[in-house]
Amino acid sequence: MTSATVATPATDAGKGPKSAPPEVSDRARHENRLGQRLVAPAVVVMLVVTAFPIMRALYLSLYNYSLTAPEDRQFIGLSNYLTALTDTLFWRDIGVTVLYMVVTVAIELVIGFAFALVMHRVIFARGLIRTSILIPYGIITVVSGFAWQFAFTYQNGFVNGWLPFIEDDFNWFGDPVPAVIAIMVSEIWKTTPFMSLLLLAGLAQVSEDMVEAAKVDGATWWQRLWKVILPNMKAAIMVAVLFRALDAYRIFDNIFVMTAGAQGTESISFLTYRQSIEQFQLGMGSALAVLLFLSVLLVAFLIVKMFKVDLAQARGE
Amino acid sequence: MRKIGLVAGVGAVLVWCLLPVVWIISLSFKSQAAVSGGTDPGFLPLDSFTGFANYADVLADDQFRRAIINSIGISLIATLLSVMIATLAAYAIARLEFKGKKLVLTTALAIAMFPVVSLVSPLFDLWRTIGLYDTWPGLILPYMSFTLPLAIWTLSAFFREIPWEMEQAAQVDGATSWQAFRKVIVPLAAPGVFTAAILTFFFAWNDFVFGITLTSTENARPIPAALSFFVGPDPFQRPAGLLAAAAVVATIPIVLIVLVFQRKIVAGLTSGAVKG
Repeated sequence: MTSATVATPATDAGKGPKSAPPEVSDRARHENRLGQRLVAPAVVVMLVVTAFPIMRALYLSLYNYSLTAPEDRQFIGLSNYLTALTDTLFWRDIGVTVLYMVVTVAIELVIGFAFALVMHRVIFARGLIRTSILIPYGIITVVSGFAWQFAFTYQNGFVNGWLPFIEDDFNWFGDPVPAVIAIMVSEIWKTTPFMSLLLLAGLAQVSEDMVEAAKVDGATWWQRLWKVILPNMKAAIMVAVLFRALDAYRIFDNIFVMTAGAQGTESISFLTYRQSIEQFQLGMGSALAVLLFLSVLLVAFLIVKMFKVDLAQARGE
Repeated sequence: MRKIGLVAGVGAVLVWCLLPVVWIISLSFKSQAAVSGGTDPGFLPLDSFTGFANYADVLADDQFRRAIINSIGISLIATLLSVMIATLAAYAIARLEFKGKKLVLTTALAIAMFPVVSLVSPLFDLWRTIGLYDTWPGLILPYMSFTLPLAIWTLSAFFREIPWEMEQAAQVDGATSWQAFRKVIVPLAAPGVFTAAILTFFFAWNDFVFGITLTSTENARPIPAALSFFVGPDPFQRPAGLLAAAAVVATIPIVLIVLVFQRKIVAGLTSGAVKG
């Protein structure tokens, strides 16, 4: 899911209407019922396509089940998990996925922050910038993948011609490292605007008075950035990093379009897809799906933990 | 000095955002022969300019035309349903006290982080069993599930800004909670609903994983999937010029929406992002 917003629900918004004490319980009961009725359709629709299939994946993952021979379905316990977890391919793909996540999010954070600063300060052409920055955000990831793939190919791309230290016939998709770089470029291009918009919202929350006060006290631009602006928008940065990191961990579209997983560019999502849909191994595919799900949880947990530590350290300074 | 830096920054943002777009447009005007032969590798089409030939070919392609119809239909229906359901839920979350509110919020958060690919094999299997495979509802349903968290968050952030005294006034005048919701709040919330709809539409339009796994023919295959399976006359080489033209066509609705609603979209993406 590339488009995620991070608005937080208004749990603390104004409380429901109050009425005279004798009626409270009646009113509250009515409100309780209405509330549950209003959220019920949303909950049902959200769970129908997620909870049931993931249960089913858990169940299927215990079988040797191939769509090419559905009658031969056989219970094999945890064998699929053992096979996956002892296979170097699985760990290589996990490593590649983490690499995509760490590198793209780090670069997006820096560029996205620079863009947010520009958008925050600029007073002319606001509409133009806003429109431009939303185009990569809105564009189909597959289209971004194609655009960059064609840009990087040596037959008809422009990248080799523009980069001075690269041979004109350099094949970006012939080796793992350049192929991964090409995929990262497409990913970073498309998602940096999202990052910068979230950071812009955080930047708007930093009080101008504080920045001015630091300036009057003789703080340099660099000091103001690190000591005043960044610490005051920590929440926004954390939210942006968390959402983008989880999104990047699920990277799939760009890999599918640009290399189809060749040259060791395969991510864990792509491996899961390949096993279940291309090779019809629903048993193994389901086991990988469960592992993917668990690893996303782990990544989310680690990021939250890591940032808490960072926050504590920053406060201790 | 500051001014120059800012102008340079604006320039950098614009180049960053528009360069690949200009590139794909440029590619769509190159002749197929020149692209596959690699005879005109420059950024702009020079001697390989073919006018709208690629566009004519793409629009004459039956599969691609079907994909456009599928994408528009599926995305619009999913958006409409998702936003309707999310509006009800967001209102309840923002305004009412009820048991299980925490659970709804946790569910929404968990689904926003859900790895879509891990649903692929069970859904593939399930959809084939119950006959939803390769149909419009088979895509609309997952799109709804995955856009609901987004829509619920955006909407409840907007609902927080609504002057609720008006609802109370309506209730003092004898309206029930439901009437107050329908007659007073809905008109006030319309702009927020609209923003949520745009973001939901973007998600559905952009989806790729469900598009390639839950469809097999032009019956329901949406544009991103159709693009990735697009094979030109030469099966061993991607028809770059045609693909570029198709990509530009697929991007036009996004650009139109962005041009008209940029202010609303930015507000929707950033609303409440940093408020607890």
